[in-house]
Amino acid sequence: MEKKRKTRFLSGGYLILVLLFIYLPILYVMLFSFNDSKSMVKFSGFSLRWYESMFSNRDMLESIKYTIIIAVVATAVSTVIGTVAAIGLSKARKIIRTVVLEINNLPVLNPDIVTAIGLMLLFLSLKIRRSVVTLTLAHITFCIPYVILSILPKLRQLDDNVAEAAMDLGATPFKALTRVILPQIYPAIFSGALIAFSMSFDDFVISYFTAGMDVQNISMYVYSMKRFNPAVNALSALIVVAVTVILVLANLIPALKDRKNKKEEQET
Amino acid sequence: MKSFFRMSYPYILWIGFFIVAPMLMILLYAVTRGGNNTLTFHFTLENFGRFVSDPDFIRVLLTSLRIALVTTVCCILIGYPAALFIANLSERKQTLMILLITLPMWINMLLKTYAWRGILMNYDDMSSEIKVFIGMVYDFLPYMIIQIHTAIAKLDRELLTASYDLGANRWQSFLKVTLPLSVPGIISGVTLVFLPAVSSFVIPKLLGGGNYVLIGTLIENYFLVAGDWNFGSAVSLIMALIILAAMYFTRKIDRGAEE
Repeated sequence: MEKKRKTRFLSGGYLILVLLFIYLPILYVMLFSFNDSKSMVKFSGFSLRWYESMFSNRDMLESIKYTIIIAVVATAVSTVIGTVAAIGLSKARKIIRTVVLEINNLPVLNPDIVTAIGLMLLFLSLKIRRSVVTLTLAHITFCIPYVILSILPKLRQLDDNVAEAAMDLGATPFKALTRVILPQIYPAIFSGALIAFSMSFDDFVISYFTAGMDVQNISMYVYSMKRFNPAVNALSALIVVAVTVILVLANLIPALKDRKNKKEEQET
Repeated sequence: MKSFFRMSYPYILWIGFFIVAPMLMILLYAVTRGGNNTLTFHFTLENFGRFVSDPDFIRVLLTSLRIALVTTVCCILIGYPAALFIANLSERKQTLMILLITLPMWINMLLKTYAWRGILMNYDDMSSEIKVFIGMVYDFLPYMIIQIHTAIAKLDRELLTASYDLGANRWQSFLKVTLPLSVPGIISGVTLVFLPAVSSFVIPKLLGGGNYVLIGTLIENYFLVAGDWNFGSAVSLIMALIILAAMYFTRKIDRGAEE
């Protein structure tokens, strides 16, 4: 018994160390975003100057704006194309499905830099000027595979008979799709969209090669910065808070809905 | 219902244009000679010859492989015990731990690396190689922990009970039961760590200063600075081939372990 307690103590300590390592830079950045000097060593006093400096830095604000716009557009488009494609693929012949899924996996398995230079070569050799448009197309391209990979397994668990029954009862195929199939795969679509958003929001390598000179997202902005600028700490701190809120909500909303549904079931 | 398969047509067009065509372009550029006239191709293997015959390029390749390898080994050494200990926690605590470990994965990698840059600025005497390893292990560790944890959590607990009943102690049971059965988790962890690590150039550049020319840096330079797309394509093909080979071998090891 004594020994068991000791191992539990040791393993708990180890896990705390690992968590400390994982959260060290995050907490560090949050703390020093409130520092009133440029130092990253000494916390000399509380101030909001780096937040002010962030909101008065046009390049940085511009990069945040682009990052959000591109992530929203790429998520919306890739979720629609991906959902439609996944439903189509689930009914396609096996050989077509296998081939398409193999190709679909390429951007997931390939190193980002290979996907990136491939798209860059495509745009350049078609003489398409690299801009926010090519950047968004590139993002849609690498987001769709994740949407499909998230939805397809769910689709294949569905009972086809339910949609068939709806159509036998007079529903048009479109109605069967929107009233019967879509509601059943909603959670998978949602998690696919969440992954797509975060992939787009965080991307550096593919953006770097497909954006050209006139657009920068957050990652490109940080990469191109020559000297250390603590305003980035303020930006990171805000993003950490946003990510935490979104993830907590994403985990909480389904749980709350569940509870509500169960309650309603009990009441009726 | 059957006609729903037509819904996949737009995406088939999309992947033809945005996934297949770009891959073919890389291949085409790699085996042709420069000159921007796309109508006349001069097929050649000299791009590959140039890479293989230059000791500097080989050194770059070896450095990339070494950094990826050390990163992967460190991730396994640190991540395995963590995954194992997490799997031994209660159901609730496991969910919480996994959430805590995955949360930072949603935060922009550039920003996390930049944070390390700020922290490591305080340690002037630390070698830039160590800094690069810290940044790399930091970035990839969660993937390794999640993969190994998934494998261990799937394990049938009865196997361990059986092993204790048959007289094995904790250490023996770990070596003979848990470890071999978690190899698939390690393998998928390795594919998620080693493969992207080979091509990474951002972390080494931000944390290692200008000291590291890696294969990713090489590709970046030939595409964005030198403008030699033919050679750049050849280099990325060589890298892709090495990665494919590595994947093939890890799968083989995986199968060997299952037998």
